[in-house]
Amino acid sequence: MSKYLVNKFLYTIDRDPELVERYREDPRGTVSWWEAERANLLLNCPGAERSTWLEFNTAEREALATHDYVALFELGAHNFLTLTLFIALFERDYEEPLAFQREYAIRLSHWSVPYPDIST
Amino acid sequence: MATVAAVIASTHHPFYYRASTSTGADRPPFADEWVAKIGAFRETLTRARPDVLVMVGSDHFHQLWLDNMPQFLIGKAPCYDANWYNEEREFGLPRMFLQGHEELSGYLLREGMDAGFDLAFSNELRIDHSITCPLITLRPEADLPIVPIYTNIFAPPMPQPRRFVELGRTIREMVEAWPSDKRVAIIGTGHLSLELGGPRQFGPQGPDPEFDRKAVEWISSGDLDSALAQVSLDSLWQPGNATHGFMDFMLMMGAAGAGMKADYSDSLDLFHTMEAYFTWYPEGAAAR
Repeated sequence: MSKYLVNKFLYTIDRDPELVERYREDPRGTVSWWEAERANLLLNCPGAERSTWLEFNTAEREALATHDYVALFELGAHNFLTLTLFIALFERDYEEPLAFQREYAIRLSHWSVPYPDIST
Repeated sequence: MATVAAVIASTHHPFYYRASTSTGADRPPFADEWVAKIGAFRETLTRARPDVLVMVGSDHFHQLWLDNMPQFLIGKAPCYDANWYNEEREFGLPRMFLQGHEELSGYLLREGMDAGFDLAFSNELRIDHSITCPLITLRPEADLPIVPIYTNIFAPPMPQPRRFVELGRTIREMVEAWPSDKRVAIIGTGHLSLELGGPRQFGPQGPDPEFDRKAVEWISSGDLDSALAQVSLDSLWQPGNATHGFMDFMLMMGAAGAGMKADYSDSLDLFHTMEAYFTWYPEGAAAR
């Protein structure tokens, strides 16, 4: 399990307008590029000081590569990070205000508390 | 010594700015009632005539991140830029610029550590909507210096609820002992029941109206004993997966004082969440 790394992906994509669009258009390519080039960058440090050990497991990589926010919820990705990024990705495709957010809730409606643990 | 001119606790709803400024077909049906309630709430700060605002909120994974996560942090900078790209994108919030109050920041850091809170600090902090939303509702001129205090209500493991209460009590005591003639308002925002990124999000009401009813009663009556007896880090997952923001309300109950009834309280049952607004006047009714 590398919940931290999934969260790091959601966090670093969400805060960059160009990466939001790139992830929307090419999720699998963006995930592959990010895992190879960005996953190990320590955010406040020069590239030479990068980490050496971070990688997704298969289920995490596939959930991100398929925009599968239900799977991300079930893997314990942070609920706020997933929601915020996916609103940026897909809210624009819905005409009614909050329609995407409501569909998101319905797709998770087989869950009741306790939800998957988001602790990192 | 400084005067605590008001203690104010509220929810922070990032949709208020857009709802209150939209017109015509874009204006939601609940906007007029919401604006009227905010107008009355704003008056409770205005009449307290504050010089400085101590503002308690929580960074929503903007500057504070899981590689280096403080539990309680005080900003100590001369100025603060505010609001982030994703808040502009999702909520339409404007970029803001706020003056800081380094002397009070430094004083609270030193005294806070000496009182048993090993506080983190930041000399360059970009503020997010947990602090700009209450400025937009309570002081839209944003013309007073602020001391931002961030709490971790977001990323487990989090501090226990009682630590939030104790920090609020300590902030109140420290401000009252600050050698200054300034009038200080202590303002903090949190949440009642709230769900984000889960099956109960964006419903017609908050995810747990019964929790909200109890929480409003605890806050408005200053019933810290009941709040502490019924709230734990584990129990807060039940009313909604983002309900740990209620611990910032508990911090403000600590700042207001156990058993202190709010001098002003109001709420608004909105889609997605219940909004709630509370003001205490430590100087007593004469100050109102």
